[in-house]
Amino acid sequence: MIWDWHFAGKILPDLLRGLVVTIEATLLGYVVALILGLVWAILRRSPSRIVNQTVRWVVEFIRSTPLLVQLFFLFFALPSTGLQFSALVTGIIGLGLHYSSYTSEVYRAGIADVPVGQWEAATALNLPRRRVWFGVVLPQAVRKVIPTLANYLIAMFKDSPLLLAITVPEMLHSAYDVGARSLRFLEPMTIVGVLFVIVSVLSSLLLRRLEFRYGNN
Amino acid sequence: MSDVLSSYPLLLRGAWVTIQLTLYGSALALVLAFVFGLVGLARSAWLRAFGRIYVEFFRGTATLVLMYWFFYALPLVGARFTPMFAAVLALGLNVGAYGAEVVRGAVKAVPKEQYEATVALNMRPAQRLRRVLLPQAIALMLPPFGNLLIELMKGSAVVSLISIADLMLRAQQLRQSTGQTTSVFLVILVMYFVIAQVLQLLVRYLERRADIMLGRRPGREARSPLETLGAAK
Amino acid sequence: MATTDSADGAVLPEDGTAGTDGIRFDGVVKRFGDNVVLRELDFSVAPGERVTLIGPSGSGKTTILRLLMTLEKVDEGVIWVNGRSLSHMKRGERLVPADEKHLRRIRSDIGMVFQQFNLFPNMSVLRNITEAPTHVLGLSKDEANERARALLDLVGLADKVDAHPSRLSGGQQQRVAIARALAMQPKILLLDEVTSALDPELVAGVLDVLRDIANETDITMLCVTHEMGFARDVSNRVLMFDQGQIVEEGTPAKIFSEPENQRTQDFLHAVLDQR
Repeated sequence: MIWDWHFAGKILPDLLRGLVVTIEATLLGYVVALILGLVWAILRRSPSRIVNQTVRWVVEFIRSTPLLVQLFFLFFALPSTGLQFSALVTGIIGLGLHYSSYTSEVYRAGIADVPVGQWEAATALNLPRRRVWFGVVLPQAVRKVIPTLANYLIAMFKDSPLLLAITVPEMLHSAYDVGARSLRFLEPMTIVGVLFVIVSVLSSLLLRRLEFRYGNN
Repeated sequence: MSDVLSSYPLLLRGAWVTIQLTLYGSALALVLAFVFGLVGLARSAWLRAFGRIYVEFFRGTATLVLMYWFFYALPLVGARFTPMFAAVLALGLNVGAYGAEVVRGAVKAVPKEQYEATVALNMRPAQRLRRVLLPQAIALMLPPFGNLLIELMKGSAVVSLISIADLMLRAQQLRQSTGQTTSVFLVILVMYFVIAQVLQLLVRYLERRADIMLGRRPGREARSPLETLGAAK
Repeated sequence: MATTDSADGAVLPEDGTAGTDGIRFDGVVKRFGDNVVLRELDFSVAPGERVTLIGPSGSGKTTILRLLMTLEKVDEGVIWVNGRSLSHMKRGERLVPADEKHLRRIRSDIGMVFQQFNLFPNMSVLRNITEAPTHVLGLSKDEANERARALLDLVGLADKVDAHPSRLSGGQQQRVAIARALAMQPKILLLDEVTSALDPELVAGVLDVLRDIANETDITMLCVTHEMGFARDVSNRVLMFDQGQIVEEGTPAKIFSEPENQRTQDFLHAVLDQR
């Protein structure tokens, strides 16, 4: 057998350390994407044509260009502006920024789905703009799009290996390191691959259960 | 910036590699999408389960991880792929799994009444699919396929990590030789953006053709009133 | 006749046939979930007969047509079409559940026109009509085209040969649908509320076509309709349905003028009063 179980067991701790970084990067990046995406979505509804068109094209630009390029851009370009971030933080910003372009579309669809009557009723009650948004519209809009948003968490998890290119010690990076050191790539790569699939498939199943519960609202 | 712009032949060569990867990758993805999409609609539960495994597995992998596995791990069990082959395979398998769900969903979305009409005309199951259901399903598939095409193009940038000389890698080379980081990356971001917009136009063109085929839009068969008057039967 | 018990308890003649031509429903039960739509239904239709099914919605009329067209399966009982069972077939000495090939053989005698026309939007009018004859009956392109043009003539749409279905009015689309069904030369034609989705002024055109078909061919016709005038003109027999059973049957003259059953009277009152 080409596969060495003993070796596989030995390297598992290293790989799991990488997994922790992967999860860290994914979750924090996701939070950034959720918040930033909402900002984009709200700005898109601004009455000022300059604002909403600028946001529209910025978001489109981010959405149409590769995440890897954006990560490199941030990694190499940010320091020259004086901001010194660690590789991990840069990675989180990169993931968050890229995925905010997706979440903003999701929010927009959810907001558009809120019946016009809700807006009108809120305005008729003379609620201030902020209350209309945060008290009436957003709660309804967001609830409807929770399953789609959750999907992007899984997608982001699968994009996290890209962070290795900017030296973040996430899971695939650990696998490569282990492989390069020992010249045995089969076990680390396969374990990492399998771990990815397991986490993704489990999350998808969980997501489907979530969809079921929120779908019947 | 002028350094960067004068190196445009290098970048164009990189862009061409990116476009090739996109073309080959999407060709493979399209084939896999239809094969496994239709398998997912099969009568046999075994066949459907088999298709389900492919879809769930490759939807759950990351292209980069898959590519690394093909490139680094597979040689150790005997199969040696060129970087290009590993890249196209990884891209195609991954996006093809998403495509399979699109195909399956689109065929199921064709109104049930169309299916019933084919039963009433005593068509065989393969005929129902080929002559009536798939043509209508294709119109439903195009928008999601368009998105997947762009995703694939973006995904191709990871091939630079296994040293394939695509646009991303050329950018790295240029960065190292000119030291002009910001300009280099801005230029290639714009180039990727342009490629994406061109792909979008292509997809929108195909969507229009599908609409014409389904009669939702006047096409060549629309005749002017004079023509209709002149056509005596 | 010696009989055998089939797997689901229906009793079938030993040679696997019903011996008669035409349609026969034998103790048919059909449920959708908890809802029993057809209860122990027994009736027959002789070849060449014109039968109209009337009754309130949910009484099971459309289900009967859908069962015949093999779009649904019976839960209990047997349906015979020209001597063959829709649910079972004979394999050597045994009776086994019908397979697709057996169903296709039976389906080749039956055609159906739907309430929503269901024309194929990815084909022209001509192709809609020639598609099945070409690929199912194996006609050559020329033969299929000839047949299609003749049928379009019959339904009064000879000039719409290359048109796209979406460009036609509802009435025209339904007439194309009738031509499409007839192109397969079925022995039995099922008509499921074929004018109910049409604007009132387009209804007459379609009914005229159906009247022509009734007069000029001896095709068996089974119609579900609310068009009582048409039913009276064309039918040999009218069956009044309620809650999955036949409550009354007879000639049109009798049913429409002197209905005996209270349900029939109530129904006819309600329907005819709306006009």
